[in-house]
Amino acid sequence: MNKPMSLPDDQYRELNQQLRRMTRRGFAWGGAAILSGFAAWKWLGSRSEEEMLRWPLRRALELDEKLARATFNPARKSREFLPRSARMPRVNGRYGIDPNLERKSWRLQIAGSSGALAWTLDQVKALPRFEITTELRCIEGWSEIVTWGGARLVDLASATGLALRTGQVGDPMTHTADLLPYVSLTTPNAGYYVGLDIASALHSQTLLCYEMNGEPLTILHGAPLRLAIPVKYGIKNLKQIGTIVFTDSRPADYWTSKGYDWYAGF
Amino acid sequence: MARLEPKHSLATRLFHWANVPILAVMIWSGLLIYWANDVYEIRWQGRLLFHFFPDWFYNALKMPGRLGEGLSWHFTFMWLFAINGLLYVLYTTMSGEWRHLVPNCQTFAEAWQVVLHDLHLRRTPLPRRKFNGAQRLAYSGVIAMGAGSLLTGLAIYKPVQFAWLTSLLGGYPAARFEHFVLTILYGVFFVVHIVQVIKAGWNNARSMIIGVELTQDGEASYEQADVVAR
Repeated sequence: MNKPMSLPDDQYRELNQQLRRMTRRGFAWGGAAILSGFAAWKWLGSRSEEEMLRWPLRRALELDEKLARATFNPARKSREFLPRSARMPRVNGRYGIDPNLERKSWRLQIAGSSGALAWTLDQVKALPRFEITTELRCIEGWSEIVTWGGARLVDLASATGLALRTGQVGDPMTHTADLLPYVSLTTPNAGYYVGLDIASALHSQTLLCYEMNGEPLTILHGAPLRLAIPVKYGIKNLKQIGTIVFTDSRPADYWTSKGYDWYAGF
Repeated sequence: MARLEPKHSLATRLFHWANVPILAVMIWSGLLIYWANDVYEIRWQGRLLFHFFPDWFYNALKMPGRLGEGLSWHFTFMWLFAINGLLYVLYTTMSGEWRHLVPNCQTFAEAWQVVLHDLHLRRTPLPRRKFNGAQRLAYSGVIAMGAGSLLTGLAIYKPVQFAWLTSLLGGYPAARFEHFVLTILYGVFFVVHIVQVIKAGWNNARSMIIGVELTQDGEASYEQADVVAR
């Protein structure tokens, strides 16, 4: 510190001492803050893992999920586009896809707490057909506009009654107290599986798809039947559905076990 | 008489320093996420000039293959980033401190003089200010960037529940790009900020830690200096 010309020596000394004192104190606090930040980092990094994530991070994701589910408004829709903007998305994952799946003997296994059914593809196709052109958003960060054609999952739930504990056929949304809170989807060979919250599963844009961009679904895109769920990341859009189970317990999820968020919803 | 003049309140200093590790974690985890689809690059007449980012960069920071981990950090620390930023804005508004920070009608002219001064094209010293025109622009700008990161982030975090916001920002891929550009701008801000702090000297830098600045005889207080400037 340069000594200001106009300042008497003792005043200058006092000012200088005061400044030194404040600086020392400031650095002590700063040092303590850095050390505690470092300790917190070490602490977090040494916590046990739950499905490949340190448990505090897993808890944080669950809090995010709680908030998202509490504020989820099913009337909000994924933006829809003109069919001509649709593109064929890349085949990004083949987990659980059996290229030699026997189509004739394939059945959609549907179960709930009140019973179980096995549907043919034609039975699914007999449900009202919907077509939506919307974004498929991959958790990796890319997105692609795709036209999906198929039946709404909510219509399957209505027709079978299996989304309700009572098994009552009809619009499940009129009996929300009886709704089973979760849905589990699995490929026929159980190589890939996803869990969904019931609100997302029964969203009006959630389709059981047998067509993609106006053409029958190909094997690598999930034939004979796949899920298109625009309120979720691509990882939840399970290809080649084998079973759909409406359930009370939170279903296991392939990518959650690999360290990803279970909810993964928009 | 020379004196110690209060410059940065305790609250300002806490918000400022809390933001350092929080933003660092957000940028680091953001890069872990970006790695999984690192499509942005700079091209000039079809020729690739720079790819965000080269492999050596990811490898040096041990980033490849950590998407899930990156998302979990990002979706945890986003709350701290948002809360710290909102509290700072609230405090700055309520305390009146914004008067030193928000650009006014002289700011642009003054900022230009600062640039000329820094390029050694202007020799006369700049008038004494708590924050000069260039600082007002930079500090208000970086707060606006913070708000931009929260909004573009929300648009890609919940593009269905906040579909209106995503559309407003030009759609999902555009919002992701904007979120990325803001991150790069934090990097630019950081470099300029550090260089300017070093240039401004220890008395100034120290005031961000201890709150006070040694003020020489005859120098007006910042309150006075800024009032006169208004």
